[in-house]
Amino acid sequence: MEEKENAIRVENLTVSYHDAYVLKHVCLTVLPGRLTGIIGPNGAGKSTLLKAMLGLVPSNFGATVWRGKLLSRCREHVAYVPQKSQIDWTYPTTVWDVVMMGRVKKTGWFRPFSHVSRQKARIALEQVGMLDYINRPIGQLSGGQQQRVFLARALVQEADIFFFDEPFTGVDYNTEKIIFDIFKQLAVQGKFVLVVNHDLGDSINNFDHLILLNKTVIAQGEIQAVFTEENLVKTYGGKINFLPHKNFLAEGRSNDLELDNRALTI
Amino acid sequence: MIWNWIIEPLQYSFMQRALVVAVVVGAICAVVGSYLMVQRLALLGDAISHSLLPGVATAYIFHVSIFLGALIAGLLSTVIINGIKNFSKIKEDAAMGIVFSSFFALGIILITVVQKENKIDLNHFLFGNILGVSTGDVRDTIVVGLVVLLTVILFYKELLFYTFDRLGAEAAGLPVIWLDTGLMILVGLTIVASLKAVGVILVLSLLITPPATAYLLVNRLHQVMWVGMIVGVISSITGMYLSYYFNLPSGPAIVLVAAGFFSLSFLFSPSQGIVSGYLKLKSRVNI
Ligand SMILES: Nc1ncnc2c1ncn2[C@@H]1O[C@H](COP(=O)(O)OP(=O)(O)OP(=O)(O)O)[C@@H](O)[C@H]1O
Ligand SMILES: [Mg+2]
Repeated sequence: MEEKENAIRVENLTVSYHDAYVLKHVCLTVLPGRLTGIIGPNGAGKSTLLKAMLGLVPSNFGATVWRGKLLSRCREHVAYVPQKSQIDWTYPTTVWDVVMMGRVKKTGWFRPFSHVSRQKARIALEQVGMLDYINRPIGQLSGGQQQRVFLARALVQEADIFFFDEPFTGVDYNTEKIIFDIFKQLAVQGKFVLVVNHDLGDSINNFDHLILLNKTVIAQGEIQAVFTEENLVKTYGGKINFLPHKNFLAEGRSNDLELDNRALTI
Repeated sequence: MIWNWIIEPLQYSFMQRALVVAVVVGAICAVVGSYLMVQRLALLGDAISHSLLPGVATAYIFHVSIFLGALIAGLLSTVIINGIKNFSKIKEDAAMGIVFSSFFALGIILITVVQKENKIDLNHFLFGNILGVSTGDVRDTIVVGLVVLLTVILFYKELLFYTFDRLGAEAAGLPVIWLDTGLMILVGLTIVASLKAVGVILVLSLLITPPATAYLLVNRLHQVMWVGMIVGVISSITGMYLSYYFNLPSGPAIVLVAAGFFSLSFLFSPSQGIVSGYLKLKSRVNI
């Protein structure tokens, strides 16, 4: 099928920092038009996986391939939003400056930003509801506002492949909804949307596909198929308790599983 | 009155030359130093300046351009640091500590050995001597100044992205290794151009203090650069005059003026200042 050919394939990706292995023989298929979540405990290597797929950290072994090329050679098609903790929020820059960074590559060397680029930045800021904050220094934003600014930056990149590392950190319910709506729009447009997520609560139901990761891939596939107690225990180890909870999984999902109507606390 | 005070020294050509160098050095140090400050690489600037000394000294001995000597010393120290890092357990910061201090020591020895016959003075390398610049120095400084400013203007948007979010920039396809290398070359050029004014030890001050002063006042990188340039230029010129009138060493005089500006900004910056913050608090309590 055409969709299969267009998929991003991760083959045997193995990464180590110094002596310790962080990712071992990770094999994945990421499909376009789906909202794909990566979940796993702290230190599972989720961030490292995104970076290694893009070639931002060296891998010992393996490759990430898209349309017959290494993904690290197709970076002009990629928009990557790093984990919040990797950004220096004291940097002297404003919301507007950050969003315009998304247009740097498209603008090209030695040229100023075009009128079209500025227009696109305004539209993206409007979309995430941050148009009123254009001149605000980024250090003076709330956690949710910070995430939305970076989402706007990713949008103006007009990429085909979107990688978000924990975009819901420090985000309240409303902002979470705004962000998920935009993710879904991107998926509907046939983009790749790969999101590292921390929260295992209700919001997990927004994803179409899940990848459960802890150094290796524990499970991947349609959410109903892989979001099971067994897989979660394997991913998070014994540190997890399951408590009965209504509304945990959306109705109609995972009917065939014993797991529905449960919630999880760590 | 004060006008005479300003004009009088300028009838001497050595003061005119010093003035030109002060302006250029004050400006480019602030611009390049802004990048160091926002990347938290202030101390790297210090380390680089120390490691360039043997190159500068060798250039004097063989009568070649000090920029060439500095470039070679810079490259050599980088190669050795990477070598130590890659082929032993020693981490990068320790490797830098070893290499930069050794280079500095080597530079001091070279200069001490040759200073008599070449009529140069170790103190001028270490602390600067802006009143002693030659016409050739002025020309070199202006050329470097133009190169640095033009490069920053041409690559401003890429360098902003890269210094703010290295991973994001790399993921978007920017050649971050080249941006990084280019930035370090700018730092090296700026430091060498500043040697005459403030010397290797004090150049850190001109790189960091004006941008830090500006950082407390404004919120965007290019504004930090502009305000930093103004602070840097005024500090250099004022320091130069103090040096002339009170027979003070020029480098330290410049540095202390810059530090004075920083103190003012630290105390009275409308948004960040200690005193202004206190006054605001007080007026709010009174209401
Ligand atoms: N630059 C680095 N150098 C050395 N070790 C690192 C580096 N980055 C990450 N690690 C280690 O690699 C492991 C995986 O880190 P990674 O950041 O990928 O985890 P994560 O799943 O994203 O965790 P979190 O949920 O906390 O973001 C951790 O044990 C971490 O300590
Ligand atoms: Mg992470």
